[in-house]
Amino acid sequence: MDGIATQDLVIEPQTVSDFKGRVDPDWCPGCGDFGVLNSLRRACLDLQLQPHEILTVSGIGCSSNFPGYFNSYGMHTLHGRSLAVATGAKMANHELTVLVTGGDGDGFGIGGNHFTHTARRNIDLTYIVMDNQIYGLTTGQISPTSSKDMKTKSTPFGSIEAPYNPITAAIMNGASFVARGFAGDVKHLTMLMSQAIQHKGFALVSVYSPCITFNLDNDFAFFKPRVKKLEDESHDTGDWKAACERALEWGDTIYTGLFYRNDEAQELGEQEPILDEGGPLSSRSLGLSPEQSEAIIARMM
Amino acid sequence: MGLGNFDFTMSIGGAAGQGIATPGNILARILTRRGLNLYAYNAYQSIVRGGHIFLTIRINDTEIGCHGDNLDLLVCLNQDTMDRHLGLMGAGGAVIFNSDTITPGAAADGVQLCPMPVGELSGGSRNKVIQNTIALGVTVYLMGLEFALLEAALTEQLGRKGDDVVAENVGAAKAGFDHAQANFKAFGAPVPNGGKPLALWSGNEALAMGGAAAGVKFYCAYPMSPSTGVLHWMAKNARDLDIMVRQAEDEIAVANMVIGAAHTGARAMCATSGGGFALMTEAIGAASMMEIPCVFINVQRAGPSTGVPTKTEQGDLWQALGASQGDFERIIAAPTSALDAYNTIPEVFNLCDKYQCPAIVITDLLISEGTFSVPPDALNMTPDIQRGEMLTEPADSDDYLRYEITDTGVSPRAVPGLKGHAHVVATDEHDQDGVLISDEYTNPLKRRAMVEKRARKFQDLRAQVPAPQLQGDAEAAVTLIGWGSTEGVIAEAIQQLAADGIVANQLSIKWMVPFHGDVIAAIVGDAKKTIIVENNYSGQFYRYMRSETGLSVDGHIRKYDGEPFMPHHIADGVKEQMSGATDLTVPTQEIMV
Repeated sequence: MDGIATQDLVIEPQTVSDFKGRVDPDWCPGCGDFGVLNSLRRACLDLQLQPHEILTVSGIGCSSNFPGYFNSYGMHTLHGRSLAVATGAKMANHELTVLVTGGDGDGFGIGGNHFTHTARRNIDLTYIVMDNQIYGLTTGQISPTSSKDMKTKSTPFGSIEAPYNPITAAIMNGASFVARGFAGDVKHLTMLMSQAIQHKGFALVSVYSPCITFNLDNDFAFFKPRVKKLEDESHDTGDWKAACERALEWGDTIYTGLFYRNDEAQELGEQEPILDEGGPLSSRSLGLSPEQSEAIIARMM
Repeated sequence: MGLGNFDFTMSIGGAAGQGIATPGNILARILTRRGLNLYAYNAYQSIVRGGHIFLTIRINDTEIGCHGDNLDLLVCLNQDTMDRHLGLMGAGGAVIFNSDTITPGAAADGVQLCPMPVGELSGGSRNKVIQNTIALGVTVYLMGLEFALLEAALTEQLGRKGDDVVAENVGAAKAGFDHAQANFKAFGAPVPNGGKPLALWSGNEALAMGGAAAGVKFYCAYPMSPSTGVLHWMAKNARDLDIMVRQAEDEIAVANMVIGAAHTGARAMCATSGGGFALMTEAIGAASMMEIPCVFINVQRAGPSTGVPTKTEQGDLWQALGASQGDFERIIAAPTSALDAYNTIPEVFNLCDKYQCPAIVITDLLISEGTFSVPPDALNMTPDIQRGEMLTEPADSDDYLRYEITDTGVSPRAVPGLKGHAHVVATDEHDQDGVLISDEYTNPLKRRAMVEKRARKFQDLRAQVPAPQLQGDAEAAVTLIGWGSTEGVIAEAIQQLAADGIVANQLSIKWMVPFHGDVIAAIVGDAKKTIIVENNYSGQFYRYMRSETGLSVDGHIRKYDGEPFMPHHIADGVKEQMSGATDLTVPTQEIMV
């Protein structure tokens, strides 16, 4: 492992650094994603999760390098496909804590179809999106969440497309825990992640995580005076209409916090009788019993 | 003609929505329970109501591998069927039709027309499918079967719908039977009793059952003809067999869910057709890069693009060979029958677990949607299961190397949940520990080592599967080469040729990767004359075989009209080519469906 920073890893998490991965991040110094990484490590420590019981799944993009920097089982999959991979993994081993990490292009652009349907299924995954409103790894083109009029290499005259709103989309599609964080407020973000992981159902934590290299319109200085925590307002997290109204605000005030949660909605796995007992499917015995075989053949006769 | 002593083929034609499947199923059950072999092919279109459906059911007292050449009985449920197919019927054949609504055309000499006055026989029933039941009664009489068999089958099939429905149908069937007895002449050779009762299945059911027997715990699909039957079987049996079955938003999700499930250690599988397979291909490369074993089934239909969704073709071989970007090995098998499809699934799972790689199984509409008899004793319900090198003991330190460089190239695999083995698998190139070498620290020596490690896994792959063998007389005047679903029809063409004094044999090839190129080259080199038979235009298998062996062949028989080969298409082509008239035969499809 020449030239690669490594460290000895311990098993029982006692400090935040126990959730450090085999390498240090290669993100630009000052990237918002550091705040997200620190928050998730803290949340997992607070919840006393064991690294081997966590599976962190990502797609492709700067923020999708996340699993490499986080001590757990990880899958760094194809661009846009993290939610599909995570769904398969969670269904096959529902005892794993499955975290999904990635960016706005990965999740809402190329992976938009999976985002819609994963929310609709309300499967018990925690989806942390580092939204920097730009394609960074490809050196600066608009993303689905880029503001109108934004000038980038692919929109030299300003974007004429309206941005996608992940919060309203998630609520409309059936996600049962929908929150927004800001990478500049690690304490608040840690609290949101901790709640999201504990929530049974599909939990979105969409994080404004500024790209300090390619999106100078929406940097830390842009967000800091604007972000207001919903927890400081009288917001009813059971009121999806109010949640959508607040999520759409984009001006002097940009809300963060928990917009919506629905603890009544059944998550996918608990509706599958085959998961009721017998442990994870991935560790059950393979093949057919004599009774199962006989029943199959009898139906063919 | 016929292979055994008893060979009988009937077709039922009508429009979608006229209820052709039910009489077909009832007859199939009666005949296979009697121990007769059955091969059924349904020609249909992508339409829910209307169009033309033509179900051909062939029975024989020995095993058969195709739907044959000749029709003994034609059942017309509408005028269109009469107009299209009466001309197929020769002396000795019979045609059943509803004389209230259908006018027969000019039949050939010796064809028995069997009009059914359906209104009169049904007592003026308004039930639109009652003609089907009456036709069953007529059919059973003509075939020389006892009415009690039909009564029992109707009672079983319709019992759920209540006594009134059963009584109405049994009455109508009896009216048809009695009408036939009074007016028509039964076939000279009544249906014999075969051996032990046989089971019935489709190729798609065989694929799904093969998965269940192999221990599949996760099955995922997006509906796509002609592969959807696999999903239906899996969904129906999921809760009895502890299989997680999901219908996903698209085939991209399907393939990636399969990878996620497989990564946890579950055996995971999916099926689709060419268009869906195209969407899955990026994930197949991902499975290779992350070294996750999983099985992708492509049930081919006529392409390109949306193509002809309900028609068969062998047009996706190169799609499988080239699925996904990059230079990597994937296992590819093309089963030759439904039973072979069943046996192939556990085999490929063992191979992809051993080599930690993706496998592709290619079938086609003919095998997957056809209905076939199978002796229940032939089904190995507990096939061998080999999971490859898996780590199961927890460790105290996290220095596990998921992609450890080993002599065999295979790195022992740990799955999430095992303490002390946390690691990241990546679609980017990575080092032994899973850490990316693609971004910051690209290192040509490491890249080379990892490419070679993955490739080295397959050194002994060829030895894991049997080499193809010549079927038939080694001294034959002509060797017919086919792959996948053509094995059965080529075998029958060879019998027809033998009757004409031409000795032919067959080289049927199932394993595309690994490919026994040396064995095949030796057989082709020794053959007196070689002809490749395939269901496509461009000779996909021919070009592949040539690239792997450097050898050409003497001739080609190709069909790409959407319909499968009938044996005479091949036999006539061989005769034409034996005379030196041509080296490319494209048979004309006579049955317009």
